[in-house]
Amino acid sequence: MSKPKFAMYWAASCGGCEIAVLNIHEKILDVDANFDVVFWPVAMDAKYKDVEAMDDESILLTLFNGGIRNDENEKMAKLMRRKSKILVSFGSCACEGCIPGLANFSNVDEIIDTAFHTLTTDNGSEFKLQTHYSVPEGEIHIPTLLPLLKTLDQVVKVDYYMPGCPPESHQIAAVIDLVIQVLQGKATLPSPGATIGVGNSTVCDECKRARNEKKIKYFTRIQLTHPDPALCLLEQGIPCNGPATRSGCGALCPAAGAQCIGCYGPAEGVMDYGSRLISSFASVIDGNTPEEIEKVIDGIADPAGQFYRFSLAGSLLRGSKTARS
Amino acid sequence: MSENFEPVIIGFTCNWCSYRAADLAGTARVKYAPNVRLIRMMCSGRLDPTFVMKALSGGADGVLITGCHPGECHYIEQNYKALRRFILLKRTLTQMGIEPGRIKLVWASAAEGVRLAAEITKMVEEVRALGPLNWNSEQVSVSSNQSSVISDQSPTLITVH
Repeated sequence: MSKPKFAMYWAASCGGCEIAVLNIHEKILDVDANFDVVFWPVAMDAKYKDVEAMDDESILLTLFNGGIRNDENEKMAKLMRRKSKILVSFGSCACEGCIPGLANFSNVDEIIDTAFHTLTTDNGSEFKLQTHYSVPEGEIHIPTLLPLLKTLDQVVKVDYYMPGCPPESHQIAAVIDLVIQVLQGKATLPSPGATIGVGNSTVCDECKRARNEKKIKYFTRIQLTHPDPALCLLEQGIPCNGPATRSGCGALCPAAGAQCIGCYGPAEGVMDYGSRLISSFASVIDGNTPEEIEKVIDGIADPAGQFYRFSLAGSLLRGSKTARS
Repeated sequence: MSENFEPVIIGFTCNWCSYRAADLAGTARVKYAPNVRLIRMMCSGRLDPTFVMKALSGGADGVLITGCHPGECHYIEQNYKALRRFILLKRTLTQMGIEPGRIKLVWASAAEGVRLAAEITKMVEEVRALGPLNWNSEQVSVSSNQSSVISDQSPTLITVH
């Protein structure tokens, strides 16, 4: 019997998910022993046409990371869906849009303008981005940006979700272990649509810091203060996204003295990540008049960025009005 | 902008005050704009900002949140929480490009049917002037976000060829 096939693909992402997979250390040998790696652009040479030539559903497991930013990403998402039996939305970009999804605050023209004409780049006013270009050897095409970055499940059906920026390596190892056990008939897969490699609660539940009743008199930025290392960061006025974020990471950031920024995405049952955070931050503000409340909120420099840093593309609104226009 | 544009406004009301105010307006035959769809909650403190996001992303042009006057909450102080959430939500929505006039918070006691009707009519005209929001032009689908830990056992089996 030939080994089941494994693939991993990256769309709009940074490559951190691939590193997290390699970070499972010697367990990667188990992957090699149990799977035939047929497509993994970052690790081996294979062409899109090789995948296209495969039978439908012939790849047992595909880990798909990255958001859907352009038409190439979208085409590959559809291709990998067709060729895979189990498609895992892997990492925050594929699940909620992550940092690339923050571009959903701007429209495509603004994105191109920022990338090619402002801040760090001076290309001159005559420079114009082209998606088609003729050279003696033929015509070159580069992918076209979609109006909004989409999450994987906004484009194709996804079997499982595995959030995290990147997913923690011990969680990846556990998932791979499980799949191998399933192959050996010793375990069964979780129900379709499940979020895997995570906990069922919030980061706060895993956080070791002491918590008391919260009454926030001000918000500040962590670099402007010296937080008590044993006390809840939110209680100290540092916007910590733990209350809305799914557990699974082991509350690494608060343990290391930094606030949770929400890379594990919405906790169990949370439909809109930012809304949950708005609710939890606002409820504990110490103030009853609009003036008092506004003054406390002034301490949050960028509310939309704070609340949707990792989940804008996967939120109910998906992006700003500008981006949608 | 179309002159025939009729804004759709979702109104969240509190069981103990504003819902009764709206009821009173009805009983007293007070006329007000029919554009608002009222949803009764037990308290304005029940208003999860998700409801507002859902309404706007699902096609509403504005959202009206109503509750008891400060100090008069049936559950002592939950309307203060509604106020705090409303202020933070409005700032976030402004960053998303949604005009502040589309989201409104009104305190109305059970006796203030006439005032609530006037506020509704006023808001409808304000939102009409802003025009349609059209947020749902692209169908929004949000995953049910169900989870299961990796140890979760379920009867799905895969077969290997």
